[in-house]
Amino acid sequence: MEKQKLQNIAREVRKDILTEVYHAKSGHPGGSLSVADILTYLYFEEMNVDPANPAKPDRDRFVLSKGHATPAHYAVLAEKGYFPKEDLVTLRALGSHLQGHPNMNDTPGVDMTTGSLGQGISAAVGMALSAKLTGDDYRVYAVMGDGEIEEGQVWEALMFAGNKGLDNLVVVVDSNGIQLDGTVEEINSPQPIDEKMKAFHLHAIVADGHDFDSLDQAFKEARTVKGCPTAIIAKTVKGKGVSFMENQVSWHGSAPNKEQYEKAMEELEKAGEAQCQM
Amino acid sequence: MSDVKKIATRDSYGNALAELGKEHENLYVLDADLAAATKTGVFKKVFPERHIDCGIAESNMIGMAAGMATTGKIPFVSTFAMFLAGRGFEQVRNSVGYPHLNVKFGATHAGISVGPDGATHQCNEDIALMRTIPGMTIINPSDDVEARAAVKAAYEMEGPVYMRFGRLAVPVINDREDYHFEIGKGVTLREGSDVTLVGTGLEVAACLEAAEMLEKDGISARVINIHTIKPIDEEILVKAAKETGRIVTAEEHSVIGGLGGAVCEVLAEKAPVPVKRIGMNDVFGESGVAEELLHKYGLDGEGIYQTVKEWMK
Repeated sequence: MEKQKLQNIAREVRKDILTEVYHAKSGHPGGSLSVADILTYLYFEEMNVDPANPAKPDRDRFVLSKGHATPAHYAVLAEKGYFPKEDLVTLRALGSHLQGHPNMNDTPGVDMTTGSLGQGISAAVGMALSAKLTGDDYRVYAVMGDGEIEEGQVWEALMFAGNKGLDNLVVVVDSNGIQLDGTVEEINSPQPIDEKMKAFHLHAIVADGHDFDSLDQAFKEARTVKGCPTAIIAKTVKGKGVSFMENQVSWHGSAPNKEQYEKAMEELEKAGEAQCQM
Repeated sequence: MSDVKKIATRDSYGNALAELGKEHENLYVLDADLAAATKTGVFKKVFPERHIDCGIAESNMIGMAAGMATTGKIPFVSTFAMFLAGRGFEQVRNSVGYPHLNVKFGATHAGISVGPDGATHQCNEDIALMRTIPGMTIINPSDDVEARAAVKAAYEMEGPVYMRFGRLAVPVINDREDYHFEIGKGVTLREGSDVTLVGTGLEVAACLEAAEMLEKDGISARVINIHTIKPIDEEILVKAAKETGRIVTAEEHSVIGGLGGAVCEVLAEKAPVPVKRIGMNDVFGESGVAEELLHKYGLDGEGIYQTVKEWMK
C-alpha cells in the first residue's frame, strides 16, 4: 500500500481514538495515539488477516500487550472492517462489545484478552511456540509499552522466546517515553531497551514508529531473521497528532472534554488537508 | 491401614498424563523446572516433544499456556500449588479465567503434607484463591484412582480446571469395580445418621478412619468425599445436613475459604445446621515429617476423631 494511503488511514484511526475516548469519558488517548501508526501498518500492510473470517486458523496473531491502548486497536479493526465504525462510540459503555481493556471473547479480531501489563507478551510467546510445535507458519505480533516492560513477567517471556529461537515472533515496543506517573526515564528506566533485547537473544531493530518507511523497513527486516525473535523498538511520541496532547503525562489516561475534542479533531482534519495538497 | 497400598497423587498425575498423551496429540505439558517433583517427568520420558520446561518462571508459563490454548492445544500447567495458585493467581485470573481458556492446572505439593520443606512451600490457601475465579473448576482427588480419573475428566471438559495433588503417598481407597468419577458429584462412602464428615483430598481417608473410631463410641458418622470443590455438590450436602443434623469438614487447607468455607456457604443458605471446620486454623505450617505434621494439626484420623467426639458432647 502507498505510504499516503497508510497515512490517511492512520489519521482516521487517530480521529476514531479521540471519538471513542471522548464518548467514553475515560480511557487512554496518549498511548493509543502513539501506537496508531504501528497498528495501522500491521493491519493494512503486514499481517495475514481477514476481517470476514476473524478466526481463520492460519491467520497471523496479534496481541496488544499494552491493553490500555485498545482504543487504537478497536479503531484499526473498525477501519479494516471487523465491525461497524458506529460501534466505536460505545467504548467502555455497559453492554458494549468494546470493553475498557480488550477481551477476546467480546470483540472480533482480538486474539487475546489483555490489560494487566506484562501478561499479553507471554500469551504471544505461547502462540509462537504453538506454531513451532506443530509446524504452522503463521506469525505472531505483540505490542508492548516502554513502561510495561518494567514488569518482570515481560523478561521471563522474552528470555524464553529468545532461548527457543522463536523467529515467528515480532515484539514491538511502543517507546513513547511516558508512563502514568511521569516519564519512563524518571520512574524506572528500562533503557537501553535495544541492548537488553540483544542480551535476551532477540534481534533488535530501532525504528521511527510514526514513519511508514521506517516501519516498513523494520518489519521487512524481521521477516528475514532466522533463529531468533525480533524486537522492534519503535520511537514514538505519546499523544502523537494532537498538539496539546503530545508528550504530556496528563494525557496518559484522561478523556478530552467537548472543546478539547473539537480542537483535536480540527487539528487532525487540517493535517489531512495539508497532506492532500502536498 | 498399614497394609493398604499407598501412592502420592502427584505420581498419579504424571502417570495419567503419560496415558492420556497416547490418545491425544493436542495434549501438552508445561512445567517450571520441577518435572522430577511434579512427576510430569513421566510424561516427558514418553513424549519429550510435547513437554515444555519453561524454567523457573511460573507467571510466564501460565501466560504461554493461555496463548497455546487460543490455538487449540490443551496445555497442562504444572508446578507446586504455592507457585501456581499463589504466585500465579493474577495470571490464572486474567489470562486464563477471564477469557475462559481451555487450560488445565496440575498443582502438586498442596497442603501441609508437603512436610520438611516447611511453610513457604505448604500451600494452604490455593482452594480459597481459585474458588473466587468465575468459571474455574476445582478438583482435589482423594487417592490414586480418583486422581487419574480427574486428569482424564479435566482433559475431556472444556474450560479451565485446577487440580490439586499431594506429595505424600496416601492410601488407595477407591479401588473398586463400580467406581465412577463425575466432576461436581460428591460420593457417599459410608452411611451414618448422627453426623456427616465431609472430606476432600487425603482427608477423605482420614475421615473414614475417624468414622470407624466414632462408631466404637456409638456415634454413627456418614462420610462424604467432595473431590470437586467447585462446582460443589449442593444436593449431597443439603441431604446430609437434613438427615444427620451436623456437618464436619476436613481438609489440609486453611479453614478460611476452602472446603469448609464452601460447605458453610451452601448450608447457610439452604440447610443451616451446626458445622465444624477442621483444617489449618489460620496459621502457617512448619517443617516436619508429613504424618507428624498431620497429627500435630489434628488432620489425621485420630485428630478428626478427637475433634468430632469433643464437639458431639
